[in-house]
Amino acid sequence: MFNLYDKKSIMIQECKTSKAISGMGHSMKRKEDARFIQGKGHYVDDIKLDGMLYMDIVRSPYAYAKIKSIKTEKALATPGVIAVVTGRDLEKYNLHWMPTLMSDTQMVLPTDTVMYQAQEVAAVIASSRYAAADGVEAVEVEYEVMKPVMDPYKSTDPSSPVLRTDKKGKKDNKIWHWEVGDKEKTDKLFETAEVTVKQEIYVPRIHVASIETCGCVADYDKVNNYLTMYMTTQAPHAIRTVIALVAGHVGLTEEKIRVVSPDIGGGFGGKVPVYPGYVIAIAVSFLVGKPIKWIEDRSENLQADSFARDYHITAEMAGTKAGKIQGIRFKVLADHGYTDASANPSKFPAGMFSICTGSYDYDTAFVEADAVYTNKPPGGVAYRCSFRVTEAVQGIERITDRFAQTIGMDPAAFRFKNFIKKEQFPWKSPTGWSYDSGDYQLALHKAMDVIGYDDLRKEQVEKRKKGEIMGIGICSFTEVVGAGPSKDFDILGIKMFDSAEIRVHPTGKALARFGTKSQGQGHETTYAQIIAEELGIPAENIQVEEGDTDTAPYGLGTYASRSTPTAGAAAAVAARKLRDKARKIAAYLLEVSEADLEWEPGKFSVKGAPEKSKTIQEIVFAAYTNHPPGMEAGFEATHYYDPPNLTFPFGSYICVVDIDKETCEIKVRRFVAIDDCGNIINPMIVQGQVHGGLTQGIAPAMYEELIYDEDGNILNGTFMDYLVPTAVESPHWETGHTITPCPHHPIGAKGVGESPTVGAPPAIANAIVDALLPYGITNIDIPITPYKVWKALKEKGVVKAI
Amino acid sequence: MEKEITVTLNGEEKTLTVEPRLLLVHLIRENLNQTGTHIGCDTSNCGACTVLLDGKSVKSCTILAVQANGKKITTVEGLATAEGLHPLQEGFKENHALHCGFCTPGMMMRAVELLEKNPNPTEEEIRWGISGNLCRCTGYNNIVLAVQYAGAKMRGEKLPSTEPIFV
Repeated sequence: MFNLYDKKSIMIQECKTSKAISGMGHSMKRKEDARFIQGKGHYVDDIKLDGMLYMDIVRSPYAYAKIKSIKTEKALATPGVIAVVTGRDLEKYNLHWMPTLMSDTQMVLPTDTVMYQAQEVAAVIASSRYAAADGVEAVEVEYEVMKPVMDPYKSTDPSSPVLRTDKKGKKDNKIWHWEVGDKEKTDKLFETAEVTVKQEIYVPRIHVASIETCGCVADYDKVNNYLTMYMTTQAPHAIRTVIALVAGHVGLTEEKIRVVSPDIGGGFGGKVPVYPGYVIAIAVSFLVGKPIKWIEDRSENLQADSFARDYHITAEMAGTKAGKIQGIRFKVLADHGYTDASANPSKFPAGMFSICTGSYDYDTAFVEADAVYTNKPPGGVAYRCSFRVTEAVQGIERITDRFAQTIGMDPAAFRFKNFIKKEQFPWKSPTGWSYDSGDYQLALHKAMDVIGYDDLRKEQVEKRKKGEIMGIGICSFTEVVGAGPSKDFDILGIKMFDSAEIRVHPTGKALARFGTKSQGQGHETTYAQIIAEELGIPAENIQVEEGDTDTAPYGLGTYASRSTPTAGAAAAVAARKLRDKARKIAAYLLEVSEADLEWEPGKFSVKGAPEKSKTIQEIVFAAYTNHPPGMEAGFEATHYYDPPNLTFPFGSYICVVDIDKETCEIKVRRFVAIDDCGNIINPMIVQGQVHGGLTQGIAPAMYEELIYDEDGNILNGTFMDYLVPTAVESPHWETGHTITPCPHHPIGAKGVGESPTVGAPPAIANAIVDALLPYGITNIDIPITPYKVWKALKEKGVVKAI
Repeated sequence: MEKEITVTLNGEEKTLTVEPRLLLVHLIRENLNQTGTHIGCDTSNCGACTVLLDGKSVKSCTILAVQANGKKITTVEGLATAEGLHPLQEGFKENHALHCGFCTPGMMMRAVELLEKNPNPTEEEIRWGISGNLCRCTGYNNIVLAVQYAGAKMRGEKLPSTEPIFV
């Protein structure tokens, strides 16, 4: 049916450096692993300071209730309990409210009303973790329970109470309306198109559930008026600025604040926001002058910390009977819970959702979104996703399959017919993005070749004759990452550049510091490899540090696959500044002009006389011992990289599922992921990122969803019922890549961390729906569980209730 | 109310006075200052706190410190010997079987017992064997390879390649 792709056309990235140097393309083993495998990782709960007190939090059992009274006497009489802090206490210092990263507002502790279940109500400070927990049990709170607003569709009904009465003049529960594209042109297309399909698609509320929960040690030194805040944050510098903005009025100005982000046990976007616990800990440490440790329990983390997704999408596609897509129309209802605590760039309240036009060539689109308040926990974080891209890709890749099915076309053939072609890049999307580069045909061809697509389709025909249920699902996604260019991207006004500072010591070994913060991505290795590539100093000899605002250059942190596109680029540019300096020193030492020198990784030599050369180590030594007259001594450089565009990684994933007709159990038989993230720094780490992201993709596709009842109770707020996939649920992933270098990034890289999380859910959903197509089933919302499949088959009369 | 207990942690005998309600994981982390053992949940699901108690892998958040009285506890800090890293530690590093490192100590301690009982496990046996331990980062493929690598090393066989395999 399809020509096999030309294997030769897949560009293989060659390593320009030796293994000893380990620049780009080497699967160097990770430098950070030595401490992690020996129990020497240093996470926030490992910190113990003299005189440290412990904080635990009283949380609301109700989703919406007035606080009639908080009685603290019994708690204060509990052995070890030192203080109980309420909203009224914080109000005295005007610290009971804080801004969210989206310029909304959020209670630190309530003074009169609780707005979601598990909301912080009071904090107990005690001499030990156990005493603090005892104190929490003894705090008596009297509530007047009210009926919560749980359904986002009903949130804007006139009959629903206005939830944010703290906002003066607020008369409804709407947060924002956002739109992009050409409404008139799109509406006209949908009136006249030969074929239109429409599908409601819910992308469920889920949780990042990193294995380490959130926590901090706030250590305020009264004598020096200096706060050291050790905390689980993906963006330490931004947090320092936020603390200064919130607490400047009590004397905590930015030069008096140090934020330290130690080793982080997984972040995935959940450790970007500021949670009330952090602020209470700072406030208490400020008042009592002692270090305060606060570490969440898992259940608190799942129930109260920022959720992700929760987008209700109405997706429509218009096209021809012959299979040409002409346009899309998407409408979204976003349930933000109590407050808009997303972490999107300021200009983009719906993040990069407008990437939802996907990998296909058409010029008509209209996309709109409305966000509403409900009595659910706040959030909307970019969970391993560049700000709502996961939702966008679920929308476009599901509606693409629906369209292909409607006109009776194979979903692969349909995609090939509509892909943006390689020669069309840079490609302007109908919603305004400029896709930098891509070769979508190649990635899908490769995925189909590896999985044996044509044979699988033949097998499916045979199986269907026997009444067996098997499905094949494709997702050909386009990502948009690397936020971002300063003209469009900021958080709370701070532009989204990132930074690198390289110091090469006299003996030729280096220390490099960054404004980002690894949470497991392996920056200590990959950043060292980028510098090794540019300077020829072995990666082994480059020490990478992040996470301490007193030492690292300012940057916006690690999330949304932005580290390689921003700080990785900064590393390359800073290293090139040093290489320019090295060239000058080499010319001086070799007594030739700069133009007479040529560079190979690790040394400059004289053109035509290669025996005359200086190694980078000799050059660096000279920078401290024998530098040219008039030149600044030393060998250091810093760069703040402001990307000219975002990067657009892409990939094609194919999933094969078998469904048991009796139990409706879904088995992922095979899953092939072909990713293109541009040039690769470390293939082993890229593959590891893809494996992990795929498991975080099967999670919402088949297992995970935060579920609430109509009274606002969470029904699965612990790891006993919130089903994070184990090694048994997670299939054996098969991964590969194509390489289309990013044209505007210094090292041609694009970022990879979130592609698999974005691409896997639609591939799995498409496979399951493909399996059920003969029974007239055209959609099941994720997570697709055996029960949902059974229910759908029962409705169609295929299975009977026993 | 407090009770005196004696435990042997990584070969060193310790006598302490503890509250009867103290969890073993807190004894290890806070009273004995060995922070390599982690806490990832409050319902015994994640396995980040897995240690060996008299050689058997247990979730130390679900056992009281007093229940460990008179017993031997081995944590990740006790895995390596004077000769070097434990084969599992080497296997995890060589196969990129960890990202953030938070689940890693518990995962390795679980795998110690798994390999002891089944020195040459299949992929499926490894997957079921570590299914009481959650990892949010790696997608498990490489943890399976790491356990297989350690198994080969412990059996004295040729070590499998640790270059990543792409399709």
